[in-house]
Amino acid sequence: MNVKNYINIEFQSLPENVAFARTCVGAFASQLDCTLEEIEEIKLAVSEAVSNSIIHGYKKRANEKISIYTALLDNRTVEIVIQDSGCGIDDIEKALEPAYSSEPGRMGLGFTFMKSFMDELEVQSQLGEGTIVKLKRSFLSNQEEDLT
Amino acid sequence: MELDFKLLKNVLIVTVQGEIDMYNTDYMRSSIDNYLDQQSISYLVLNLEKVGFIDSSGLGIIIGRYKKMKANGGKVYIVGANPSVEKILVFSGINKIIPLYKNEQEITDI
Repeated sequence: MNVKNYINIEFQSLPENVAFARTCVGAFASQLDCTLEEIEEIKLAVSEAVSNSIIHGYKKRANEKISIYTALLDNRTVEIVIQDSGCGIDDIEKALEPAYSSEPGRMGLGFTFMKSFMDELEVQSQLGEGTIVKLKRSFLSNQEEDLT
Repeated sequence: MELDFKLLKNVLIVTVQGEIDMYNTDYMRSSIDNYLDQQSISYLVLNLEKVGFIDSSGLGIIIGRYKKMKANGGKVYIVGANPSVEKILVFSGINKIIPLYKNEQEITDI
């Protein structure tokens, strides 16, 4: 698939940047022919991924870096890659289980939301190196929907 | 985020304005718990009419307050959630333990 447009954002691992990150990615993705509801779902997935980086990856250390690459592919797909250089995930399979959280008191719904509201979720992680979360979501254009 | 508290006898109504994510969950938790710890509250009503966004961090705060209320024999209600917030509440299953209402007048068992 061809990249029609992309952005790279990089920001400090601060809780106040979670809203910035999801709003920024949501605004960029809205160039595609998608509904407001679909944009809200993308924003939720980004919010979960960035929160994971801050809470689990960096254990809330504020002076770390999170980067997000967002690309629009062939006018119908958005690809989002969230990357941190945190502690990494020990057991990815377990982390992807619904309601699992490494921290007591948390709901463990982050990856469940990402999986449920996006078409594709890929997690690459190395202990001590960091985590890369790739999300993809495609939209039928309104014209295509009319034909189905 | 802005929180507005209305205390009517043993009913605490908290109107939340803004987006609920990890940035403001500590503030939300401590502000609500401050009331729950100091007053004798049997019913906690969370008015989410002015909430435009909630993620799993926000859901965690709601569940935490539910557990705290339940431990003391109290009840929690959510009112006014907009469709996108309601979708997340239903998807997470929170609606199975905390009833959702369109507005405060719809709650009949207080």
